[in-house]
Parts: sequence; structure tokens; C-alpha cells
Amino acid sequence: MSTEIQNYISDFDQLKNDDWFAESRQSALNIFKETGFPNSRLENWKYTDVRPIKKKSFSNVTEATVSISIEEINAIRFDGLDCIEVVFINGVFSKEHTRLDGLEKGLDVENMLDALANDKDLLAKHLTKYADDKISPFTALNTAFIQNGTLINVSANTVIEKPIHILYLSKDSNSALATHPRNLIVMGENSEATVIESYIGLDDANYFTNAVTEVALSTSAILKHYKIQQESLNAYHIGNLNVMQGKNSKLESHSISLGGALVRNDIHGQLAAEGAEIIMNGLYMTGDKQHVDNHTRVDHLKPLTLSTENYRGVLNGKSRAVFNGKVIVHKDAQKIEAHQNNANLLLSDDAEIDTKPELEIYADDVKCTHGATVGQLDQNMLFYLRSRAIDEETARSLLTYAFADELISNISFAPIRNRLERLVIGQLPDAALIREFTNE
Amino acid sequence: MLNIQNLHAKIGNKEILKGLNLSVNAGEVHAIMGPNGSGKSTLANVLAGRNGYDVTKGTVEYEGNNLLELAPEERAWAGVFLAFQYPVEIPGVNNVYLLKAAVNAVRKYRGEPELDAVEFLGLIKEKMKIVKMKEDLLNRSVNEGFSGGEKKRNEIFQMSVLEPKLAILDETDSGLDIDALKIVSEGVNSLRNEERSIILVTHYQRLLDYIKPDHVHVLSNGKIIKSGGPDLALELEEKGYDWIKEEAA
Ligand SMILES: Nc1ncnc2c1ncn2[C@@H]1O[C@H](COP(=O)(O)OP(=O)(O)OP(=O)(O)O)[C@@H](O)[C@H]1O
Ligand SMILES: [Mg+2]
Repeated sequence: MSTEIQNYISDFDQLKNDDWFAESRQSALNIFKETGFPNSRLENWKYTDVRPIKKKSFSNVTEATVSISIEEINAIRFDGLDCIEVVFINGVFSKEHTRLDGLEKGLDVENMLDALANDKDLLAKHLTKYADDKISPFTALNTAFIQNGTLINVSANTVIEKPIHILYLSKDSNSALATHPRNLIVMGENSEATVIESYIGLDDANYFTNAVTEVALSTSAILKHYKIQQESLNAYHIGNLNVMQGKNSKLESHSISLGGALVRNDIHGQLAAEGAEIIMNGLYMTGDKQHVDNHTRVDHLKPLTLSTENYRGVLNGKSRAVFNGKVIVHKDAQKIEAHQNNANLLLSDDAEIDTKPELEIYADDVKCTHGATVGQLDQNMLFYLRSRAIDEETARSLLTYAFADELISNISFAPIRNRLERLVIGQLPDAALIREFTNE
Repeated sequence: MLNIQNLHAKIGNKEILKGLNLSVNAGEVHAIMGPNGSGKSTLANVLAGRNGYDVTKGTVEYEGNNLLELAPEERAWAGVFLAFQYPVEIPGVNNVYLLKAAVNAVRKYRGEPELDAVEFLGLIKEKMKIVKMKEDLLNRSVNEGFSGGEKKRNEIFQMSVLEPKLAILDETDSGLDIDALKIVSEGVNSLRNEERSIILVTHYQRLLDYIKPDHVHVLSNGKIIKSGGPDLALELEEKGYDWIKEEAA
């Protein structure tokens, strides 16, 4: 056993691990002990070196030691949007800031710790069933530390109008923290909901977020899932979204990755019944020495399933991004459709992208397309704008914004779209100018 | 207004303008005609400041200043406008926002107060009438999905909003139907005054029936090889370019 996982093991031993889930935690830890952190010899981790995470001795002992003011929270709320909000500060559930009052009928939202105590049957049925500890050591590590997180349970035939916003906030504290948020979203037949996961660093602390979300969609359930990653620029973020989809169910995933020094987002969708559909939209904007890796995998397990993926990257500075989109069409999964596209804009000569579609097709009657592009700003467009009196900097920003906005503008829910547009503009060199341009 | 002397310009290793002279006074309309590939668009692009052209010799003076050392946007601020032969589609950039930003950038340069939303709207409403611009085109992305004629009309619409001092129209008439040609010409004529100069690049005498030029030039193989009055265009229409090329040789 290597020394770099020692702190995880000793922190684990200090955990209160005496509930019905204890055995699962222990076996997950055993898997992690065996595999350790992934290294770049593994195909799946070829372009992402997690040594910075490995080398640092993070503390996994989460205590409510820092507090956050209501002003700080208000600044990151969706203004004017009535949300159900679940707030965690440095991995610990914040009762103070969470807003769960007046939950609609057919909706249960609670902290995972409470759910472990109260909803054993539901958790025993779903928890760890869709995220495989054996596929990612980070998932195993997360499972070993399951404490805080969010359970969302939507009953059959229930449409939840209010978006559910989960905020994982991080702030500098005495020790560098590793947190392992675990979310479970269970959607009954014909149910509908919108869930937003925000990961936000409130300062420039160095910490490690290792999040796992599992989603189970019953027949005809619809989930709109947004992940907004704005971790501190010194933080490490590993996030796994794992979805099991029933008949005619639909998952719409929007993943926006802006922060973090070292980031890996994984999405794994399993289209396990006819008519299941997954849409994956992603935007990553990187600068400085950021490293952002997006890996997605869709298993078309049954006929007549549908996947559409559209990821865009804007890379600046010496940043590096990775996109890997895997589509597996299983035997007998006939008449499926899978479309994938990844477009990248390189704003600096020192930025780098590795993009790779991977198709494995074991059925013969399928419709699959994929494409990847890497390019700079279009010179003709740039000249056209400048000839129309727009100065070069603004013209560049504007075209960059237009490129990124092709993804955001597709989001049908206006409050989220507007917030994301503002966030994206905020990432650009001439934010103020672009804001002026796009206002009114 | 504009004084071009012995202009030589290359793209890569290929010399395209080979000693071009042209002088345009305030208030004049000049038509430039000439065979395909002779360098007309190159001239227009060099005047507007597009990258990729190497000016190896000669000078271009605009209102007494060296035009060639200005960035494209600085030229636009100073009143130079190029209506593109092939207007560029820019997905995601809204036509009206672009115009508003353009108008205000020019006003800022001139030391005039920026227009607010209401004033700007008033301005474009007025100009839309002149070129009979369809309202729904206004709120689309710049030129995206516009028909060829709509793109050309949008160029003239932008021109009439920006009110440049020197307008260079590169084959704005190509691809326009007969009615659109009339409308666009009226738009151009409405801008004519004693302070504004216009360079019309065209292949067709027909445009010059609507917009009467003061001077007509023939550009061939990178040079102006013949200049004259409106009659020259009629003569070209009848006889083509060969006789001038021979004359010049
Ligand atoms: N980027 C380029 N690289 C190489 N050659 C070029 C480039 N752009 C233009 N040329 C060449 O320069 C010459 C002049 O082109 P230009 O577009 O100025 O002609 P033009 O007079 O406008 O023709 P037309 O009437 O067809 O519009 C042509 O031979 C053309 O092929
Ligand atoms: Mg031309």
C-alpha cells in the first residue's frame, strides 16, 4: 500500500461507521486501497495526471468550522428565482442556509446523513447501484466517505416546478480539505424535475472536491440536470455523474466548467430501456495553467435509444483540456441514434486540447455521427467586425462569447440561461464591453 | 480626401497591385471597373486594412494622414466604410447590437455623446425605411442565413446608419434583383453630398444609370489603365476591356 493514501485510511478509521451502510463503506475503501489513485498508464487517465491530488495530504474530517454570511450566499443565488436550496459548506450540511420549507407533495429532499438514518429501504435499493466503485478509484473513495450529500426523491406522476439547487461551497479553513459529496436522485414514473449542482470556491483555497451523483430515471421520467463548476483556481475537482435510464426517460445534462486547477468530469449514461434519451451539453473555459478533462460514456443497451452530445471548449493561457466521448452500442441495440460533437477554440498558442471520440458499435442498424474541431478565431469575422468600428479586443471577446453562447443559448430555462451567460461573459477579457454589447 | 500613389501590394509572394494611382476628392463618386482578378477587391481590402496584404511601395493618404498605419477599426472611426463583396456571416453576434456598438464607437471617436437605446432605435427606424430593410433581419445574427441580396442590402443599411466619409462599395450591385438594385442605389444617392466620397466597384454599367459617377476608372492587372467620365462605362459595356488593354500595352 502506498503512503499517499495513508491519510485517507486513517481518516476513515476515525469516521463514525456503525450504521447499516458500514460494510459498503468498508468494501469501497478496500477497493480504493487496492487500486490507489489512477495513473496515466491507464487509458482512461492518459491525459490527466492526478499526482497533485495524490501528493497533498488532505484532511477528510469535515466539521462545521467556517461559516458563510447571508450576503455571500445571496450573491450566488439565482436572483428572482424561487428555488429549493440545499447548502453545504466545506462538505458539511448547512441547516442555516438550506431552504427546504414547503416542499411540494411527492418530493423529498434531505441531507444524505439524514437519509441514511431515515430512508434505508430507498437507499439500499439505489445507492451505489449506478456508480461503479470498480470503474473509478475516486468513486470508491467517495463511497467510503459517504456522509454528507443530497437525496432527491420524486414520486411517480409528480412534476416539480421549482428548481432544486444544491450548493457545495468551499472556503479556506485550518486544514486543506477533501470532501466527498454524494448525491442520489431518484425519479419515479412520469415525474419531472430540474436539479442544479453548483460547486463554488468562495476564495482561492486549495482543497479537493470528490463528488459523485447517481441518478435513476423510471419510465418516462424527465430530469434536467445542470452542473456549474466554479471551484477555486487552486482547487481540485473530480465529479462523476452516473445515470440509469428507464423506458422513454430523458436526461438533459448541462455541464459548465469554469474553475479549478485540476478538474475531471465524468458522465456515464446507461440507456437501459427502449426510447431512453440522453442529451449532454458541456462548456469548458480554461485559462492560466488550468487542466480540465471531460470524459463521457453512453451505453446504448437497448434498441431505439438516443444520445446527443455537444461540448465546446474555450482555451486560453497555458491551459489544457481533454475531451473524450465514448459511445458503446451494444449487441441488438438496433435503430439507435448517437450524435456527438466537440468544438474547441484556442485563444492562445500555449493552450492545448486532446479531443477524442470513441465509438464501439456491436449492432448494425444504427445512426452515429461524430465530429471534433479545434480552431482559432475566424479572421474574416474579426476583420468584418473591426471594419465596423469594433476595436480588436472587443471583437475577439465578442466572437469568443458567440462561440460559447451557442451552447448556452440552447438552454430553455431563462433564469439559468441568463446566469450562465453572465458567468461566461465574466470569464472573458473584456467582460464589461461584452456585457454592454449584449444588454438590451 | 483620398490620394493613392504608386501603390504596390502583395499577398504572399504574389504581387497584385502594381503601381496604382487614384485621387478622390470630397463629394465625388468614382466607379472602378475591370476584369475579374484584376485587383479591385484587393484595393478595397487594403484601404479598409485587412491583414495579409503586404504594401511594398507607395502611399495612401486619407484626409491628409497616412491611412496605411491605422488599424481597421481606426479607419472606421475616421469614416472609412467598406461594403464587402462577400459579407461575412457571424453566428451569435446580433445585427442590431453590432450596429449600436459601431455607431457609438464612431461617435465616441468624434467626441459626440453616445446614443441611448431610444435615440438609436429612432435612427435605425429612419434608415430602415431608406433601404426598405426587413425588420426581422435586424434582430438576427449578422448576415447569418441571409440571402445574397439581403446581405448586400444589409451592407448598405449599415452604411447609411454609420454615415461614413469615404464609402467603398465592392460589387454591391452583384446579386441584386432589379427592384433591390433601385432601392440600394437610392440609399447610396441619399448619402451623396459634397463632403462624402464614394468608390463604386462594379462590373455593370446598369448601376451607373442609377448612381451617376463623376469619374470612371479601369483597373487591369493591378493598375488603373484608363480613366474617364460616365461615357467610359458605356463604351466598356459595348466593347469590353481588350481595346483598353491593347491601348495601354
Ligand atoms: N488570399 C489570396 N491568396 C492568393 N491570391 C489571392 C488571394 N486573394 C486574392 N488573390 C488573387 O489576387 C488577384 C486579385 O483578386 P481580387 O479579389 O482583388 O480581384 P477582383 O478584381 O476583385 O476580381 P472580381 O472582379 O472577380 O471580384 C486574383 O488573381 C486572386 O486570385
Ligand atoms: Mg472582387
